[in-house]
Amino acid sequence: MPVRPRRAAVALAATASVALLASACTGSAENKASDDPNAQTTITFWHGWSAPAEVKAIEDNVARFEKAHPNIEVKVVGNINDDKLNQALRAGGSNGPDVAASFTTSNVGKFCASGALADLKPFLEKDKVDLDRTFSKVLQGYTQFEGKRCSLPLLSDAYGLYYNKDAFKAAGITSPPKTWSEFREVAKKLTKEKGDSYERLGFMPNYLGYETVPSHYMSQWDHTYFDANGKSNLAKDPAFAEMLTYQKSLVDGLGGFAKLDKYRTTFGDEWGATHPFHTGQVAMQLDGEWRLNFIKEAKVGFEVGVAPLPVADDEVAEYGKGYLSGTIIGIAPQSRKQNAAWELVKYMTMDTEAVVNFANGIGNVPSTLEALKSPNLKVDERFKTFLEIARHPESSTSDGAVNGSTYQDTFQDFAQKYEKGQVPDLKKGLEDTAAQIDRDIAQAK
Amino acid sequence: MSTDTLPTKRPAGPAASQDGRHTLRSKRVRSALRTVAFMSPWLVGFGVFFAYPLVSTLYFSFMKYDGLNPPTWRGLDNWSYVFSDLPKFWPAMQNTLWLAVVMVACRVVFGLGVGLLITKIKTGTGVFRTLFYLPYLAPPVAATLAFVFLLNPGTGPVNSLLEAVGIPAPSWFNDAAWAKPALTVLAVWGVGDLMVIFMAALLDVPKEQYEAAELDGASAWQRFRYVTLPNISPIVLFAVVTGVIGAMQYYTQPIVAAKVASGKMGGSGETFEPGYPDDSTLTLPQLVYNLGFGRFDYGAACVVALVLFALSMACTALLMRRRGGLIGSGD
Repeated sequence: MPVRPRRAAVALAATASVALLASACTGSAENKASDDPNAQTTITFWHGWSAPAEVKAIEDNVARFEKAHPNIEVKVVGNINDDKLNQALRAGGSNGPDVAASFTTSNVGKFCASGALADLKPFLEKDKVDLDRTFSKVLQGYTQFEGKRCSLPLLSDAYGLYYNKDAFKAAGITSPPKTWSEFREVAKKLTKEKGDSYERLGFMPNYLGYETVPSHYMSQWDHTYFDANGKSNLAKDPAFAEMLTYQKSLVDGLGGFAKLDKYRTTFGDEWGATHPFHTGQVAMQLDGEWRLNFIKEAKVGFEVGVAPLPVADDEVAEYGKGYLSGTIIGIAPQSRKQNAAWELVKYMTMDTEAVVNFANGIGNVPSTLEALKSPNLKVDERFKTFLEIARHPESSTSDGAVNGSTYQDTFQDFAQKYEKGQVPDLKKGLEDTAAQIDRDIAQAK
Repeated sequence: MSTDTLPTKRPAGPAASQDGRHTLRSKRVRSALRTVAFMSPWLVGFGVFFAYPLVSTLYFSFMKYDGLNPPTWRGLDNWSYVFSDLPKFWPAMQNTLWLAVVMVACRVVFGLGVGLLITKIKTGTGVFRTLFYLPYLAPPVAATLAFVFLLNPGTGPVNSLLEAVGIPAPSWFNDAAWAKPALTVLAVWGVGDLMVIFMAALLDVPKEQYEAAELDGASAWQRFRYVTLPNISPIVLFAVVTGVIGAMQYYTQPIVAAKVASGKMGGSGETFEPGYPDDSTLTLPQLVYNLGFGRFDYGAACVVALVLFALSMACTALLMRRRGGLIGSGD
C-alpha cells in the first residue's frame, strides 16, 4: 500500500527536476571547437534557396566539397528563412544546423550581437586568412557587426533595372533612364491602360511590388540610416523624405495606390515563371542579378535589357551605383563539429573554383576578389552590368543594427502608410518613425 | 523552535488516549497522502503544463532574455515598452477583441441557423449535413489559401461575379477595412463543428413543449424564443465560451491570408511582419510569436502573453457569470 505515495513523491521529484533543468537551459554557448576536422563526420547545412535550379546549384557545390573532403558528409536543408534559422540556432539540438546561410544581411547585427552565430575569428586566425585580400570592403562590412565577425559573404547580390526592350522600342524610347525624373516619364510612356486596369504597366512602384522595398530604393539617394550616436537618421537626413516623396509621385502618376495595388494582385509568384516582368505585365522591374537566370528559364518572349537603377536628379555623377546585398554564412555556436563546419564555410566562401562554379550555377555575383577576376566566370554583357554595380564605389547596403531588420520593418511600415496617402505630415511622420526605431533599439540592447 | 519543547505544551492525558490520537493522526496523514497520490497525475500535469510555464512567463516578463544569453533583470521596462512604445500592441488588442465579438457572434448565429434548418427539412438531411460539415474538415491553411484565391480582387471569381452584376467589389484581404470581415466569412464557412453540436441540442428539446406552445397559439418566433432557446442555452453558452477562447488564440488563418495577399510568401530570407494590410489582421498571438520568435525579445513577448491570458480569463469569467441568467431561463 505505501508504495503509491512514494511513487507520487518520485513523480513530483521528477517534475521538479525537469523544471529545474528547463530553467537551467539558458543556452550558454561554448565557443571551443575541439572536433577533428579529418575524422569521419556528418554536418548539416541550412540555406534559404528554394527554386529548383538554385537548389541543384547548391547541391552540385556541396558534392564538389564532399569529393575534396571525403571524410565529411553534408546534409543539406533548403528553403530556410531567418525566423526558422534563429529558432534553430537558439534551440540547439542534434537536428539543428552546423553551418547556416541567410539572405538577410541586415540581420547580421542580430546574429553577431546575440551570439546566434559563432565568432569566426579563431578559425580565420588558425588558417591565417587575410580578409582584405579576399573580400571587398562592403562585403567585409555587412558580414560583421561592431567588430564582431560572425559570418562571411557567400556570393553577393547587386540590384539594377530590368527593362523590356521590345516595349521600349515600341514606345520610341532609345536608352534606359538615368535620373528619377526621366524614369517617371518613361514609366508613363510604357503604361497601356485597359478598362480600369492595365494591359501593361511601365513600372510597379508599390512597396509590395516584390523587390521595390524602401531599402532598395534608398540606395539611389545618398543616405545614412543612423547618425554617429547610433540614433535613427530618418528625420534628419533629407534623402528619406526625398525618396518617399518621389516614390509617391510615381504611385500617383501611374494611377494611384488603389488601382496599382489591385493590379498587383493579378501578379504571379516572384520565384516562378509567372513573375509579372516575365509575362509582360510590367515593362520595368527593380531586381537583383539572379533574375537573369529566371528569365532564361521562363523563356520570356521579348528581349531583356539591364541597366543600373536611376539616381536622384542631383546625383547624376553617381549613376551606376546600386543596392548591394548577399548571402551570409556562419557556424552554429552549439555545433559540436565546428572544425568540420569551418572546412565547409572556408570552401564555400573562399575556394575560387567553388565560388566561381557556384556563382555560375546560381547566377549571383561572386564574392571574392579572386573569383571576380576568374576567366571561368560565365558572364554575358547583361551580367557585367551587375558586376559593375557591385564594384561601384557609391553602391551601398542597409546598415546592421542590434535588432536586425526591425528598423527596416518599421521604416517600411511607415513608407507603406505614406504611399497610400495616410500620412498628412511627412516631417512629423518621419520624426515619429525615427523615435520608434530608437525605442526599439533601446529595448533590444 | 526545537521539537523537544513541543510535548510540554501538549495537555497531559492518559497514555491510551494519546496512542489513539496518534493512530488517528497517522490515519489522517495516510488518507491525505492517498488523496495526493490519486491526484498526482493531475498535479504533475498542472505543475508542468500550467503552473510552471505561468510562473516563468511572469518571471521572464521582468527580464531581458533572447534565448542565448543569460537573462538579466529589467524591472517594469518590458511592460512599459509593450503598453506605450510598441505601436502594434493596441491594434492587435483591438483586432483580437473585434474577432472575439463579431466573428464568434456570426459563427454562433450561423451555426444555430444551419442547425435549425437541417433539423427542420424532411428530405436529403444527410446530404445537407455532409455539405455543411465538410468545410470544417479542410485544414486551416488550405482553406485560407482557397479563400484568398476566391476573394482575390484582381483575378478572383467572387469579385468577377460581383462586378458582372454591377456590385462594387471590395478588396477583401487587401483592404484594411475588409480583411477582418473576410476572415469572418472564412470562419462562418467552416461552421460545421458548431452545426453538429447545435443539431444534437435541438433534437433533444422535448416535443411536448412545442405541442403545448402551439396549442397556446405561439408563433414560430415565439416557439423559438420561449421553447427552443431556453432549452439549448447551455449549448449556446458552450459555443460562445469555446468560440471566444478560440478567437483569443486565432493565429493561422490571418497569417496565411496576410502572407498570400501581400505577395510576400517567402523564398527570400526577409522576416515577415504579420498584420497586412495596415495591421488589420494582427492578433495578440501573432504579436507574441513575432516578439518572441521573430525578434527574440522574450521579455516583451511574455508581457503580451500575460495580457492575453488575463483577457481570456476576464472574458470567460464574465460569460460564466452570465450563465445563471442563460440557463436559469430554461428551468
